[in-house]
Amino acid sequence: MSSSSASAHASANGHAAPAATANGSATERIGAPPAIGSLGRLGRALAGAVSRRVPVADLDVRDPDYVRDNLPWLWLISSIYYRGEVRGLSHIPETGPVLLVGNHSGGNMTPDTGVFTLAFAGHFGVERPFYQLAHNLVVSWPGLGALRKMGAIAASPANARRALDAGAALLVYPGGDYEVHRPTWESAKIGFDRREGFLRLALDLDVPLVPVVAIGGQETALFLSRGEHLARALRLDRMFRLKVLPISISLPWILNIGDFFGHIPLPAKITIEVLPPIYLREEFGPEPDLDDVYDHVTRVMQDTLDALASERQLPILG
Amino acid sequence: MRIAEHVDVSAPPEAVWRLVSDPTRTLEFMVGVTRWEVLSELERGLGARYRILNLVGSAELGGVVEVVEYDEARDLAWTSVTGLDWRGRWRVRERPHGRSRVEMRLAYGVAGAGIGGWIAEHVAAPTVRANVRRTLQQLKRIVEQEQLRRLAAERRASRQIA
Repeated sequence: MSSSSASAHASANGHAAPAATANGSATERIGAPPAIGSLGRLGRALAGAVSRRVPVADLDVRDPDYVRDNLPWLWLISSIYYRGEVRGLSHIPETGPVLLVGNHSGGNMTPDTGVFTLAFAGHFGVERPFYQLAHNLVVSWPGLGALRKMGAIAASPANARRALDAGAALLVYPGGDYEVHRPTWESAKIGFDRREGFLRLALDLDVPLVPVVAIGGQETALFLSRGEHLARALRLDRMFRLKVLPISISLPWILNIGDFFGHIPLPAKITIEVLPPIYLREEFGPEPDLDDVYDHVTRVMQDTLDALASERQLPILG
Repeated sequence: MRIAEHVDVSAPPEAVWRLVSDPTRTLEFMVGVTRWEVLSELERGLGARYRILNLVGSAELGGVVEVVEYDEARDLAWTSVTGLDWRGRWRVRERPHGRSRVEMRLAYGVAGAGIGGWIAEHVAAPTVRANVRRTLQQLKRIVEQEQLRRLAAERRASRQIA
């Protein structure tokens, strides 16, 4: 659940705010060439339109019956196409709010989210409220409204807070667009880009944090580059606040730049491991140093990802 | 989807019943079941509730079930209260020469899931059927071993009395 329309500013889960949510315009402030200026205005207009479409998180939109009705499809895709394997679900506290922190893979077609959603709903039942923070563009993109019925809500600290306040389990991907478009050869690398918003959230609300480590998603295409330099060269970061312009080789496009329309993911085996919960204040004291906690969380996730990577014998086949 | 398999066991129905009606022993013989947790105060009998999880494909599926039929040493049936729609039944019948026929029936599905549900039910069927068969074989082994031990203990006891 990501989008290549990324901005530099991380929200609670590291997903960026959409371009139009930024105040003012970088191009206006620094002055832009005329050709770029008109393109920039068009971009800002588009971004504004998208921003107006960003749905305010209404937790009631998640529909347990809809989730239940779609479990068979999720099961088919997860079991047959991705040969999904989810371990350690019993580490998730049986009741109450919990912040599930995952590493993000697979470009704009993130298979690990679907595999995990099925596993969570199967294990705890669709009755337990479960939300996933998704990029604003994902939940506002025409035709993807169904994701909101499955529990996707627009990524923002306020929405995350609302979900946890309601006692729900919330899945966040701090690495967001930065991590999800990393090159395939960095598949076994946690890349949160020092985004620590999720830690503040867990501390403020005093909820347990449960790391969820997945591997395989980055083998669903050959991801070549985040395209950060390309995005800067085309001034997309200034016009659209696009920090990345991912480049990959994927079906059906072959050379896929931007991944704006998604791609057909290759059937890579997805393995997910849920780690024991971390109670931040119990383990790090009443006012922990966020950098220390960040280093600890990413280190345990990286260790697990290393172990999962060492289990894999062949790309895609797992 | 409905699956029914049976096995003949060299032990009387009461010996089979001791095993199938004991929720603390379910994980010993039910293949694919990863959890069978008692939720109600009533551990066994009509109205007892359990939280059950079955590993099928990539996910543990299940939910809360309730015992809806409990006919001592004959029938034990349960149906789902939450989660996946499913019903199960142990049917134990006496056969000649101190033997029993044990039948396990499972019916499962997702009502209202449409074509996706139909496909998933059929794709999962071979796995579920294989699990049921292995469950019955496991049950047969355990019950027959326990029956042999019980008979041997009775023989020892009778010799000591004599």
